[in-house]
Amino acid sequence: MARASFSQATWLVAEREMKTFVTTKGFWIGFVATIVGLFALTVLPTVFGDDDPKVAAVGSAVQVVQGKALDVREVADVQAASELVRADEVEAAIVPDGSGIKVIALNDPPNDVIRQLVASPPVELLDASAVNSGQRFVTVLVFGLVFLMFGMGGAAIAQSTVTEKQTRIVEILVSTVPVRALLAGKILGHTILTLGQVVVLALAAPIALRVAGLGELLAVVVPALGWFVPFLMLGFVLISSMWAVAGALVSRQEDLGSTMGLVMLAVMGPYFGVQFFFDNAAVLAVMSYVPFTAGVAMPVRMFAQQAQPWEALLSLGILAATVVAILLVASRLYTGSLLQTGARVKLSRAWAPAE
Amino acid sequence: MLTVRGISRSFGDHRVLDEVSFDVKPGRMTGFLGANGSGKTTTMRIVLGVLAAHGGTVSWQGEPVTPQRRPHFGYMPEERGLYPKMKVREQITWLGRLHGVDRTVAERNTDQLLEDLELTGRANDRLEQLSLGNQQRVQIAAALVHDPDVLILDEPFSGLDPIAVETVLDVLRKRAANGVPVLFSSHQLAIVERLCDDVVIISKGRIAANGSREELRQNHAGTRYEIVVAEDAGWVRDVPGATILELDGPRAVFEAEPQRVLAEAVKRGEVRSFTPVVPTLDEIFKEVI
Repeated sequence: MARASFSQATWLVAEREMKTFVTTKGFWIGFVATIVGLFALTVLPTVFGDDDPKVAAVGSAVQVVQGKALDVREVADVQAASELVRADEVEAAIVPDGSGIKVIALNDPPNDVIRQLVASPPVELLDASAVNSGQRFVTVLVFGLVFLMFGMGGAAIAQSTVTEKQTRIVEILVSTVPVRALLAGKILGHTILTLGQVVVLALAAPIALRVAGLGELLAVVVPALGWFVPFLMLGFVLISSMWAVAGALVSRQEDLGSTMGLVMLAVMGPYFGVQFFFDNAAVLAVMSYVPFTAGVAMPVRMFAQQAQPWEALLSLGILAATVVAILLVASRLYTGSLLQTGARVKLSRAWAPAE
Repeated sequence: MLTVRGISRSFGDHRVLDEVSFDVKPGRMTGFLGANGSGKTTTMRIVLGVLAAHGGTVSWQGEPVTPQRRPHFGYMPEERGLYPKMKVREQITWLGRLHGVDRTVAERNTDQLLEDLELTGRANDRLEQLSLGNQQRVQIAAALVHDPDVLILDEPFSGLDPIAVETVLDVLRKRAANGVPVLFSSHQLAIVERLCDDVVIISKGRIAANGSREELRQNHAGTRYEIVVAEDAGWVRDVPGATILELDGPRAVFEAEPQRVLAEAVKRGEVRSFTPVVPTLDEIFKEVI
């Protein structure tokens, strides 16, 4: 009988983590909800969003509105048209007014209707952006949400670590395999699971876009997706090592809340940061190099064609280096706190050399 | 042979172990006795490398025990724990593989152990679905699945009903008979008395007594004898130097120069039995701690 090598032990731990996690209901509920959400986000706006505004037209005004992108309903007189507006059956009424026309609406000027009735001047773009801000917003939202979801999913690592501490199986594990193999196995297992889900999502996204009739967006999204996946994976490793430490510091599931706060901040802070500042090129540029925010910010910049590939590679390099550093720190903290039971372990105590 | 030499350990200012030394010999069941807080669990954790010693050594076959060596140990921690949501057979097999055993061997060992421990019917249940007693048996299987060279079991019988104790005992005896040194702690002295070959008694972090069970009993036997005669044994108190400790008609327990009492008894009539009184482990335990 030989001792299981480090890699064998790591793999055994990873395998168990995956098996355990995949057999939980929460995993599947979350995963299916994500896919459904993805389709909803891309498909629903085209189904519901693009209906022409409803208007009522009276007499000579009917000719004016013909051929415009308006859903026209002809009525006999101004009074009937006004009633329809009041009843909220149409957005506006277009009625003759002297030689021209007049628009009647309820509370606010109906801009979408007015836009149809005025002649817009020709526009020449000197440096046309490849994607409009609406598309960029959706991308930030989707990338951000996916990152947030998987980042939070890493909490399963903290939970599994606490389970081991709480049931004390950790004593058997520690006397059998190196603590580092336990940590590595947990991170590896959950990273593979995340990667698997991301691959499915990445395959589903183009399908959703096609279904939504946004085929032309595909050409822009696919390269950005190509950048998003490596950023997401490295970002996940970064966060999961923090989750593992959060789990190792406490001894009971009930106490987990006290250590998870900081990690949650590390996951949600960047998410909100990118959501708020996605229109601010300078802030976004800075965030695309900060390891915690780079996972969303850099792919978004790539998507908006604001950054060169070398920038993405540089940011990826910074992220990878941070991952290595955090892993080393995490592994020491994990080792230092795994066998300490009772109250929450202070970070300084976890860091201290073993007695 | 597992050799523990001079291990010490403190928690803060509190010295929990002080120069603890003992051996666990191959093929022998060694009972590890001590009151609560006497240092049994700390000692076992140090042997398994779960806790660091502040001094002293633990060696196996003359070599210091290294992390590479420890997967060959079988360990049952005092605070029980396995994965509650994992199925019994899957869990034991997994632990076997984690100890470095091939999947096929691990599966074979698991099936054999489940059969020996009468758990075959529960193989595909989650651990949490089992009663505490059955979970305890699973814990034993977890300690044995990789055919360990040494067994360190912390309170393996606590929480077991008498029938389960026998089942577990059979399994452990089989291992000992194959030459595996077995160290187990217990506070159920009756079980230890019946089961162990060697005894190590620890008190307040120091070894209070250590040796084979028979040796210990002989050493603590003193000069106490029991005699049973045909008639009333009250005359024993008249033998010079004799002190009667118990008198019950024809039976007396006394302390004295035995030959003198025996000679007197033979003179007086029939002697039905005459034996040195060997103390029970319980008595030795109370005496030394």
